[in-house]
Amino acid sequence: MTHLPYIIAVYALGVLVPAAYSIDAWLRSRRATRRLAAIDTRRQK
Amino acid sequence: MDTTPVVTPRPPGPSQPGRSLHRFANPGRFLRISGVALPWVAIIGAVLTAIGFGAGLFLAPADWQQGDAVRMMYVHVPSAWLASGGYFGLAVCSLLSLVWRHPLADLAAAEISTVGAGFTALCLASGSIWGKPMWGAWWVWDARLTSVLVLFFLYLGHVALVRAFDDPTRGYRAGAILALIGVVNLPIIKFSVDWWNTLHQPASIGLTGAPTMHIDMFWPLAVAGFGYIFIFAAIVLTRTRSAVMERRIRGLLSARAERQT
Repeated sequence: MTHLPYIIAVYALGVLVPAAYSIDAWLRSRRATRRLAAIDTRRQK
Repeated sequence: MDTTPVVTPRPPGPSQPGRSLHRFANPGRFLRISGVALPWVAIIGAVLTAIGFGAGLFLAPADWQQGDAVRMMYVHVPSAWLASGGYFGLAVCSLLSLVWRHPLADLAAAEISTVGAGFTALCLASGSIWGKPMWGAWWVWDARLTSVLVLFFLYLGHVALVRAFDDPTRGYRAGAILALIGVVNLPIIKFSVDWWNTLHQPASIGLTGAPTMHIDMFWPLAVAGFGYIFIFAAIVLTRTRSAVMERRIRGLLSARAERQT
């Protein structure tokens, strides 16, 4: 395969950028869900 | 004397778009519907992207001029679609916010601009890496590259502007105006390769005609493109859900603080 280092770099970015956003979004959502559950009395009823 | 107000039902008439839009603005309803849809959107996005990238790397043929370097297209082009498409979504949310005061549009716009900036950076970086072996330079001040760089700065400007005010409402309003002004850049990006002499190749895929690339190259690109669209949607949905919950948390905490004082 020609230009292999360039291809690897592009595909690595193509996987890492969405993966980093996904993990960050998931962690933030989990934090918000737990925090809301802890203080929202309507949910505890 | 009876002081009960008389409620007159609204006479039937033509439906108002703002009214029907607000049916979907209820945060609780949004959290319920998006909670059901989100896992499916994320799974479809991951599967399609994996198939598209795998086929682009191992099944699609090499280009007769570029050789295997053309395989970078299966990352670069979908990220470019998301860069422009995401900004269009940002502009739609801004319009909904300014015209109909849609309460979720502000939150969605703030999340789209953050994610859109990342995908635009990916588009610029992958294009730069592709440009080095093909053009002999990491960057040229070409019309297409420059207009996408302007798009990246518009995204960053929106991200900064919505956070620049103590009153979030003013930040959302200023960001919405910036986003709508920046829409003029989208046709410039699209037609830059036709209006100016550029190193960047013209579009191979259009809405009105058949693609000018071989089907063996086209289908992995289309699959990767749809995969990226679903992944983008899943990330924005997750972040918007978090923003809705965080707003609720702030409201509850401030209400609790007022009760205690």
